[in-house]
Amino acid sequence: MTKKIVSWIAFLFGALYFLLPLIATFEFSLRLKRNEYSFEAYRIVFADSTFQAAFLYSLVLAFVTIVIGILIVVPTAYWVQLRLPKLRPIVEFITLLPLVIPAIIIVFGYIRMYNTSSILPLTQTSIGTDTLLSLGYVALALPYMYRAVETGLRTIDVATLTEASESLGAGWVTTMWKVILPNIKSAILSGAFLTFATVIGEFTFASLLNRPTFGPYLQLIGAKRAYEPAALAVITFLITWACMGLIQLAGNTRKIAGDKS
Amino acid sequence: MWTPRVTANSPRISIGLGRQLGPWLGVAPFFVFAALFLVLPTGLLLVGAFQNSDGHFTLQNIANLARADIIKSFWLSIKISAASAIGGAIIGFALAYAAINGGLPKWIRPTLMTFSGVASNFAGVPLAFSFIATLGRLGLVTVFLNNIFGFNIYSAGFNLLDFWGLTLTYLYFQIPLMVLILTPAIDGLKKEWREASATLGSSTWQHWRYITLPVLWPSLAGSTLLLFANAFGAVATAFALTNSSLNIVPILLFAQIRGDVLHDPNLGYALALGMVLITGLSNVLYIMLRARGERWQK
Repeated sequence: MTKKIVSWIAFLFGALYFLLPLIATFEFSLRLKRNEYSFEAYRIVFADSTFQAAFLYSLVLAFVTIVIGILIVVPTAYWVQLRLPKLRPIVEFITLLPLVIPAIIIVFGYIRMYNTSSILPLTQTSIGTDTLLSLGYVALALPYMYRAVETGLRTIDVATLTEASESLGAGWVTTMWKVILPNIKSAILSGAFLTFATVIGEFTFASLLNRPTFGPYLQLIGAKRAYEPAALAVITFLITWACMGLIQLAGNTRKIAGDKS
Repeated sequence: MWTPRVTANSPRISIGLGRQLGPWLGVAPFFVFAALFLVLPTGLLLVGAFQNSDGHFTLQNIANLARADIIKSFWLSIKISAASAIGGAIIGFALAYAAINGGLPKWIRPTLMTFSGVASNFAGVPLAFSFIATLGRLGLVTVFLNNIFGFNIYSAGFNLLDFWGLTLTYLYFQIPLMVLILTPAIDGLKKEWREASATLGSSTWQHWRYITLPVLWPSLAGSTLLLFANAFGAVATAFALTNSSLNIVPILLFAQIRGDVLHDPNLGYALALGMVLITGLSNVLYIMLRARGERWQK
C-alpha cells in the first residue's frame, strides 16, 4: 500500500513539473492584450514575414537533410547487414559520434576546415554554407537515422529478398530502390520524423554559420519581444509532438503489416 | 519459368563484378561523408589545440586553460551538468520505477514513455521561453505564488538566470531522457527475485539494498554520466535563457567562435579539446557501465 502511495506521489510530482511549464507557456502566450486572453501573439507571429521566411527555410533544410541522410544511411546499413558485417562496429561507432561530440565542437570544426582561405571554402558563398549546414544536420541526425534504418532492416530478410531480386536480373540499385526501400518504409519514416524534429528548431549550427533559419529567429524574437516567444514555444512544442505522434503511427502500421503476413 | 535461361549469360559478368565492388561502392559515400563532416573537422580542431599561431607544436594552449576565467567556466559547467544529471537521474528513476513497478494504472506507462520522447526532444530555445513564462519574473508560477501566498521567489533569492534556474530548466529534458534509457534496465528486474527474497524473509529495505540496487547501479551510474555529457554540451537553452550572462563553457566557446573573446584562436581550440575530453570520457564510461548493466537483461 505504501508502495502505491509513493508511486502516486512520484507520478503526480512528475506530472506537475512537466505540465506546469506547458500550461504557463500557453497562458503567457495569450496575455498580449491587456485584461483579456487572445490569440493576438499567434496572429502577429504568423503574419511576420521573417517568421514565414525562416520557417520555410528550415522546412527546406530539413527536407534536404532527410533525403541526403536516407541516401547515405540506407545503402550503408544494407551492405553492412548483407556483405560487410565486419564493418558493423566501425559504422556504429561513427554513427554514435554526434552524440559524443557536442554540436558546437562539430560546427567549430567546420568553420576552421571550410573557411574562406581553405581548399574547400564552403563558407564563402551562401549556397556553399547552406550545403555545409544541411550536411552538418545529416551528421547530427546520423544516430537517429542509422538506428531507425538498422532496426527496420533487421525485421526483414535482406538476404532472401536480395537473392530473389537478383535472380530476376535486377542490379543493386534497382534492388535497393524497388525491393529494400519499400520494405523498410516505416523505419525510414520514423528516422525522417526524428531528423525533422532535430533540425527544425536547431540553433547552434545555424547561428554560428550565420544562416537565417527558424532556430536563430526564435532566439532573436526571444531577445526582443515578450509574448510572441511563448506563442512560438507552443508552436514548436506542437511540432515536436506531431513528429513523435507520426513516428508512433509509422511504427503501428509496421505492426499491423507484420500481423497480416 | 523463362527468366533463368534467357538472362543467365549476359548479366553474369556484371553481377560477378558487382558482387565484388557493389558493397564497397555502397558504403563509400558514408565513409567519405563521415570523414569530411565528422572526423576531420573535429580532428583538425583538436590538432589546433596543440599548435601555436605559426602552426608549430606547443603545449602552451593547454597550459593557458588554467586562466582564472576559464577554470571558473569549467567549474560552473561541471556543477550545473552534475546537478542536472544527478537530479535528473534520481527523479527519472523514481518516475520510471513508479510507472513500471509501482502498481499504478496500466495507461500511465505508455503515456510516460510517449511524453518522455517528446520532452527529451523539446530542448533548446523554446524550452528557455517556456521556463521564462513559468518561473521568470512575470511567469505564471512566480505570479501565482506571490498573489496567493505572498511569497516572492525572487526576493527569496531565486533567479531563473543563474545556477539553480538553469539546472531546473535542464531537468526538463534530463528527466525524460533518464526515463527512456533506464526503462529497459528496470524491465530487467525479475518478479521472481522479489518473491525469492520475500520467501527468505527480507524487508523492502533489504530487497532494495541487496538486490535491486546492486543489479541496477551500473545502469544508474552510466545513465547519470550520459545525462552529464548531455548537459555539458548544450548551448541553445542556456544562451536563450541567460543571453550569455552565465559563463558556462559552451557559452564561452560560442562567444569565442563568434568573435575571439579570448584574444587567442588557439586557446579556443584548447577549450574545445577540454569539452570533448569531458563529454568523451563520460560517454566511454557510460558505454562500459551499460555493457555491465545489460548482463541482467537477458
